[in-house]
Amino acid sequence: MAKLQVELVTPEGRVFSEEADFVLAPGVEGDLGVLPQHIALLTPLRTGVVTIRNDDAEHVLAVSGGFLEVLPDKVTILADAAERAEDIDEARAEEARKRAQELLAQNVDSEEAVMALERATLRLQVAEIRRRRHGHSPPPQ
Amino acid sequence: MPSLRDLRRRIKGVQNMRKITKAMELVAAARMRRAQERVLAARPYSDEIASIMTELMRRSPQYEHPFLKVSDVQKRLIILVTADRGLAGALNSNNTRLALSDAAKTSIPVSYVTIGRRGRDVLRRLHRDLIADQSMLGERPTMGDVLPAARVAMEQFERGEVQQIDIVYARFISVGRQQTVLQRVIPVVPPEDAKAVSADFEYEPDPKDVLDALLPRYVEAQVYRAVLENAASEQAARMIAMRNASDNASEFIEDLTLTANKVRQASITTELMEIVSGAAALEG
Repeated sequence: MAKLQVELVTPEGRVFSEEADFVLAPGVEGDLGVLPQHIALLTPLRTGVVTIRNDDAEHVLAVSGGFLEVLPDKVTILADAAERAEDIDEARAEEARKRAQELLAQNVDSEEAVMALERATLRLQVAEIRRRRHGHSPPPQ
Repeated sequence: MPSLRDLRRRIKGVQNMRKITKAMELVAAARMRRAQERVLAARPYSDEIASIMTELMRRSPQYEHPFLKVSDVQKRLIILVTADRGLAGALNSNNTRLALSDAAKTSIPVSYVTIGRRGRDVLRRLHRDLIADQSMLGERPTMGDVLPAARVAMEQFERGEVQQIDIVYARFISVGRQQTVLQRVIPVVPPEDAKAVSADFEYEPDPKDVLDALLPRYVEAQVYRAVLENAASEQAARMIAMRNASDNASEFIEDLTLTANKVRQASITTELMEIVSGAAALEG
């Protein structure tokens, strides 16, 4: 079967560039699953989890905001920021979440704290998915 | 003629200076390589966003996002990108000068947003209308570091305070060449060299909403890219400036050594003459 060329780029650089069979992305109107030969599509993304599947391999990435461009043989994700699940430092994400929650407890209408909380929660979520898939073995050093 | 001791002291001094400029040259060279890599890393994103935007504007020419509207300019804003440090040749003063001379071309009032300490300091000294500054970004500026400056500029435009935004920075052409440029940011001009996407797109929710989300990001990406380019230019300019300084120091040391040797020889000759003539006087 034909494959999709998947590119995930952020302003800081290319995060992911590989072939895949399937891409799941959080579009603003709802989650989108993309298979090869999909109709050309362009949509903004929410902050969320992107899942990329190729044969038996699966990649999970945390993506905050951006765009999804779909062509029949190519998927480009322009993210404001993206992180591979294996690069996420859970302890740090947990700490960041606590910090953001404390900030929010003190100062209710800080947009930055809300976004920080969203990001930290997302990171933990992605790390969690990865852990479940790979059993409970600690990440390779 | 200066004394031999003075000359030796000056040689020592210049040698120490050369050590510093040499070290700065090496540091700048290493940083420049990294800065260049960052410019390259940012390219896929800005190319991609430019090509999507060109496509969108081709698709819905009737839709006029405020960022695309060209109106009478009552007031303009210039984003001035400079380095935080000096000793980078003429880079900082070139950037600042271009911004000021472009502002002086017409009588339209100009306000400024600065990224970088050097430009900020000059504008402050000249009492220009400086509305925001984002300095000390460090060596590895991220998109997040640059956002506040870009947002302030866009906000000014959205509130109708200004009708035109330009950005001044040093474009990195090669190690030996950096070019100070002034680029239009808003109203957005679609890039001409962007490759067209040859597909009929489905838009979710619709082209207008996608464009609304895309344009601010395009502006941010442009500002970010300018900052990265300027950082690479800064290191390249500093490297060249420091290499010239080291070369000048070497030349200077050679000159001073030559003079010192002449002085030394002259004093030996004088001493010899004195001894010889003293001996001759004794023989009588």
